[in-house]
Amino acid sequence: MDAGEGLLVRRIREGTVIDHVEPGKSFVILKVLGFLDEPGERRISVVVNAESRKMGRKDIVKIEGYFIGEEEEGIVAVVSPRATVNIVRSGRVVEKRRVRPPRRVIGIISCPNPTCISRKEREPVEPVMLLVDEEGPVYRCGYCGTLVRASDVPRLIRV
Amino acid sequence: MLVETGNSSPSHLFTPDLLTGVTCRVAVPVPGLEAFRGRDVISILDFTRSDLESLFEAADSVDKLTSQAPLKGKIVALAFFEPSTRTRLSFESAVKRLGGDTLVVSGEDAISVAKGENLADTVRMLDSYSDAIVIRHRYEGVALYAAEIAESPVVNGGDGRQHHPTQAMLDLYTIRTLKGGVDGLVVGVLGDLRYGRAASSFILGLTRFKPAKVYLISPPPLRVREEVLMQLDKTGLGYEEVEDYRGVLPELDVLYVTRIQRERIPDPGEYERIKGSYRVTLRDLHGRAKPGLKILHPLPRVDEISFDVDNSPYQAYFIQARLGVRVRMALLAGILG
Ligand SMILES: [Zn+2]
Repeated sequence: MDAGEGLLVRRIREGTVIDHVEPGKSFVILKVLGFLDEPGERRISVVVNAESRKMGRKDIVKIEGYFIGEEEEGIVAVVSPRATVNIVRSGRVVEKRRVRPPRRVIGIISCPNPTCISRKEREPVEPVMLLVDEEGPVYRCGYCGTLVRASDVPRLIRV
Repeated sequence: MLVETGNSSPSHLFTPDLLTGVTCRVAVPVPGLEAFRGRDVISILDFTRSDLESLFEAADSVDKLTSQAPLKGKIVALAFFEPSTRTRLSFESAVKRLGGDTLVVSGEDAISVAKGENLADTVRMLDSYSDAIVIRHRYEGVALYAAEIAESPVVNGGDGRQHHPTQAMLDLYTIRTLKGGVDGLVVGVLGDLRYGRAASSFILGLTRFKPAKVYLISPPPLRVREEVLMQLDKTGLGYEEVEDYRGVLPELDVLYVTRIQRERIPDPGEYERIKGSYRVTLRDLHGRAKPGLKILHPLPRVDEISFDVDNSPYQAYFIQARLGVRVRMALLAGILG
């Protein structure tokens, strides 16, 4: 984490810090992870447009009392491919990893093609996105083949 | 029925069917077509070169199949939720020549079925009444979806703008029949490469062979979709996108022409701007085309090929339509035999 960031939001003792989030994507991430709708007992803090040596600007998401799982990390990667995940225990970062886009994403990103079977009403079908290019990342709809890029994802998130 | 075939059919989509094991088929696979038995036909990319070559060999000797009536006692459902005459009749003829029977859902039936219940339930019904389902629908991905639901094999008869694998099979078979093979040929694909499923499937089918070069010829708004280009790039097929067929005409061994898919173009104004933007005429061909050039078209045509080409040695589209029945016979015999 960059120096000086502690001035904006205090350090957490136990939980997850999602760092190097593309500016403006922090709320998309929280939405996809379901924390906007159901924060539960968790204390969540968000910094939008923090200064970053690497990225110029970045967002930071801190979730106290919650350790993000592998599947959730994949979702973060789809929304913000350069993000890093820090696991904090007893006030120390015990693990730091770069997120990786999952090979397939089921049910979270809807297909942008209005005549895709996954968009048809009254059909018991979940959208399926298959990873075709890890850099980007770029996904392909498993049903109709339409390509979906990271920049398309925020508007395609299913709620 | 869904057989895992590379990346086109994700394994998690497999739906275990409660009825598995109830039906018991003891038919003997058709020699040379063992690889096709029980298979879904969703995309031309589900098939390897060797699959296609064995299919074409079987299509060559299809008369032998007719006498064996490998589909005797079998019912093939032809579910055409999008208007179609040619493809449906071609399948119907193929099934009947093989001794099988058809259950046709099309026109008014298809509309009322589509209104009354969802597709998943319709597919379940067809699955219980038949041994294989051929399905056409204006939504992309319907055939894959049906294959996840049905226990019986599903054949894609065209899903929206996406795939039309049996058309690609017969297109490649026609080229093989008339030119001795696909390898080494210079192939032009002209027309609506964006919304036309026959064109996309044909182009993807070419990647299973080694043509010398493929020209993708279209007005700019009808260029090949990026996901198709991405797949071409992966295979290393040598292709070039151009706008006018006359510039490359002298190089071509095969010219595949398609009509503009008016019904799939989202903006009607767009269609008005591009309609009639290309047309193959005998005058253009005369003195510039190779003498052995063969012109294919999945039909029906609008005005992309002028009638004066019909009686020229370049015309191969009527031959192509006729050969379609053979290829579909071989395919169905392979799947259900
Ligand atoms: Zn789709």
